Amino acid sequence: MSVLVLLEQRGVLKPSALEAATAAAAIAQASGLELNAVYIGQSLADQASELAGFGIKSVYAYEHSDLGHYSNDAYVPIVRDLVEELGATVIIGSASALGKELCASVAARLGVELVQDAIACRWENGLHATKPVYAGKVVSEVAVNDSPAMVSLRPNVTAVARNGEDAPEILQREMPSVSLRTVLKEAAEAATGTVDLTEAKIVVSAGRGVGGPEHLPVVEALATAMGAAFGASRAVVDAGWIHHSHQVGQTGKVVSPDVYVACGISGAIQHQAGMRTSRVIVAINKDPQANIFKICDYGIVGDLFEICPLLTEAVKLAKG
Amino acid sequence: MKSVVLIKRVPDTASVFTINDAQSGVDTSRLKFVMSPYDEHAVQEAVNLKATAGGEVVVVTLGPPEDKEKLLTALAMGADRAVLITGDGIDSLGHRGIAEALAAVVREEAPEVVFAGKQAVDDDGSQIPERVAELLGWSHASVVTRFSLEGTTATVDREIEGGLLTLEVPLPAVFSTEKGINKPDYPKLPNIMKAKKKPLEEKSFADLGLTAADLAAKVTVTQMSLPRQERLNKLLEGDSATQVAALVQVLKEDEKVL
Repeated sequence: MSVLVLLEQRGVLKPSALEAATAAAAIAQASGLELNAVYIGQSLADQASELAGFGIKSVYAYEHSDLGHYSNDAYVPIVRDLVEELGATVIIGSASALGKELCASVAARLGVELVQDAIACRWENGLHATKPVYAGKVVSEVAVNDSPAMVSLRPNVTAVARNGEDAPEILQREMPSVSLRTVLKEAAEAATGTVDLTEAKIVVSAGRGVGGPEHLPVVEALATAMGAAFGASRAVVDAGWIHHSHQVGQTGKVVSPDVYVACGISGAIQHQAGMRTSRVIVAINKDPQANIFKICDYGIVGDLFEICPLLTEAVKLAKG
Repeated sequence: MKSVVLIKRVPDTASVFTINDAQSGVDTSRLKFVMSPYDEHAVQEAVNLKATAGGEVVVVTLGPPEDKEKLLTALAMGADRAVLITGDGIDSLGHRGIAEALAAVVREEAPEVVFAGKQAVDDDGSQIPERVAELLGWSHASVVTRFSLEGTTATVDREIEGGLLTLEVPLPAVFSTEKGINKPDYPKLPNIMKAKKKPLEEKSFADLGLTAADLAAKVTVTQMSLPRQERLNKLLEGDSATQVAALVQVLKEDEKVL
């Protein structure tokens, strides 16, 4: 009977790993269960200090140069075997791109249910989770009646909280021998200076109001000035003005930044689904009747070609 | 090259939802249903693969009899046969059970490749393709934006936060599809007519050697609600320069985000 948190890394521990640890610590405290963690990667090394203060008893560290990059073939059996060895009854993972793949695969191997991409979880005579469905248009509260009970947590929605300085013991584990069927040929990083949408603290998005692909730089300059990820509405993506990886909405990325700035976006329901959990929403649109003004905190009714360049300069000044 | 495509019928993405009186689910009585958008990409990729490598495309779903309508759409897009898993207890399944039932059909069909959308846009479960692969002991790759095949090895691109992985995956394997992998060709009328003559087989849990009780969900919904978030709805006033100055002021001083 214990809680196991899956610590995600991409070279270094990801913020989502500490968010999962925060959620797992609360579950462990409420349930009285012991909390352990598993790290799979090249080397935990001096990052171990980041794992203090969550009440983690032991970190099971599988460190090997072959484990630096995520691999279903290598990671899934490690987690499954450790869950069985420890008799873990609660498993908390991250709902990042690779975290979702790991959690789904482990759940299948264990033959248990999984609440994927929860925005909160808690202990109340068992594991409960808050899970957005229909891309967040509806929120579902669920009870997990399976053992182990498994939840993956959406990145960027849990504030990391530590309690004290107690460091976990690090238990080195041998990498089990597995045959790697799938081969990683190449891992390309996005161009430097670009900020990923789902992990961004600020997102600035362009909608149909920009008029054409040649005008996107007006909004992109604002994103750059704000240190923001650059998003787009479905209309902009479907028109072929920008790559689909920028799309925010029900069939694109779901984002929860501190600030979301919608430029020339009308606020269709499927777009709202992708950004409605943002902490502060700013809307710039020339149509005062646009739906986006109904869900914004601050709105500017105006021409984005006038407002965005002014705002870009003002932000640069404000940030010094 | 035989492929199986797993699809799901879901409410249209433009749907506005209302919660039922018991707060246990959404009122689906007035919704328009479509094939989940990512599944359209899965069907198209299988049809494209057939065009270059030959073989057969079998489309599979699990749900009520109404789901036949979306199987017909997939047949009109170019799939050859369809299988509907349906019958008593179909509503009681969770992701674990759904994956087991789908995997049972895939096992019978024994294709080289399985395609499925990366997630269904109703419950956003995001786990069926991976589960099916793991239940079969097959390789898999998720959120694929490019698929090419040489012999019995697929080369795929897979998006992650801030990067792109290129993977070589030996068949048989399961691939979950992401927008960008292809542009779905929506069916033309003659193909819609032809689809009605293609084989569509129904299977029950018993046909697959399964029971609804074994597959029943172990996650229960305790409440459903519409998200409520209070927004300030504050329109900034004055000329453009004044509005912009006011916005920067609140972002910096009140919201502390600059």
